[in-house]
Amino acid sequence: MAAIKVHGGVLSTTTQRVLVCLHEKELEFEFVPVDMKAGAHKQEPFLSLNPFGQVPAFEHGDLKVFESRAITQYIALEFSEKGTQLISPGSKSMATLSVWMEVEAHQYDPAASKLAWEQFYKPLYGMVTDTAAVEENEAKLAKVLDIYETRLSQSKYLAGDGFSLADMHHIPVTQILVGDTNEEAV
Amino acid sequence: MATPVKVYGPPLSTAVSRVLACLLEKDVNFQLISVNMSKGEHKAPDFLKIQPFGQVPAFQDEEISLFESRAICRYICDKHADKGNRGLYGTNPLVKASIDQWLEAEGQNFNPPSSVLVFQLAFAPRMKIKQDPAVIKQNEEKLGKVLDVYEKRLGESRFLAGDEFSLADLSHLPNTHYLVSVTDRGELFTSRKNVGRWWGEISGRDSWKKVVEMQNQGS
Repeated sequence: MAAIKVHGGVLSTTTQRVLVCLHEKELEFEFVPVDMKAGAHKQEPFLSLNPFGQVPAFEHGDLKVFESRAITQYIALEFSEKGTQLISPGSKSMATLSVWMEVEAHQYDPAASKLAWEQFYKPLYGMVTDTAAVEENEAKLAKVLDIYETRLSQSKYLAGDGFSLADMHHIPVTQILVGDTNEEAV
Repeated sequence: MATPVKVYGPPLSTAVSRVLACLLEKDVNFQLISVNMSKGEHKAPDFLKIQPFGQVPAFQDEEISLFESRAICRYICDKHADKGNRGLYGTNPLVKASIDQWLEAEGQNFNPPSSVLVFQLAFAPRMKIKQDPAVIKQNEEKLGKVLDVYEKRLGESRFLAGDEFSLADLSHLPNTHYLVSVTDRGELFTSRKNVGRWWGEISGRDSWKKVVEMQNQGS
């Protein structure tokens, strides 16, 4: 199998989204830490891997991919026979999966990430939390979670009966919000 | 002939027009069902059943009910792989990965600032909502940085994901159309040589011209 490499930051939820996927699929890979504190992600050689200067970046042999959700979809498809089944074949299941992946990307993550930034990362970096931003994004996220509550009363997991990429994409930022992250360990 | 799929929402909506462009590229018959947003029809209980977030578009293909424009587009390409533009979502996993990458870039990097600008510059005046100059400036700067990345990419590649027009390029049509045609910020795109060239190509496609016609007819 061609070598898999992930370039990213351990604290970055987008990087973690890819890492959790690789672990679910039981794939071997090399993690290449990017010194974000030094701004390495905004310079070459990283920019050749992701011109937007964002982590993570991914390599599988000669293939280079950026955007965590594009990476996880590639991994889930390319290694469909390995590890946990994260996508189900058939246009109807793929369609439902696609819907809830978009919901995570456009409805859930924006508010959740802003909350994580204000409540977890800012204190970590010695910056001051903006309480108005916290209130605003908590309210937004609560509305989204009301819809999730209804959905999850009708469906065991977001996209159906089984755990899928749609659920998995939520894990990194949700872990922070739920407060399970051990800052010292990090 | 298969029952036409149903698209709920006004063609003026950027997200609805994204789906319409995809259906036209793929030659898939559809029925456009109006949703009167000024009367709040998108928040009515019956509509929330098919789109729980109360947004347009919603989509139905026989018993399948979907929402989120980019998910709908992916479904259309997957279900009708052999119809219309066959390469729209790639014909092999490597090309698909590149298209997904640029589709995600559109959704995560291009869409946020461009949507804000479309609302502030194209819709707010029509809706008699006051524009926020600070918000406009902030998002112009953000979009400018994104377009700098596009300028470099489109100097190396004819379209975002490679040599062929794909879903990734298509996804940019709705917001860019408003910014270039309806607002005075079109130069964000046209002043960048490669971005301008790309915009000319993708907006000149028959599918997009038809969508614009539908928008102008106010159907």
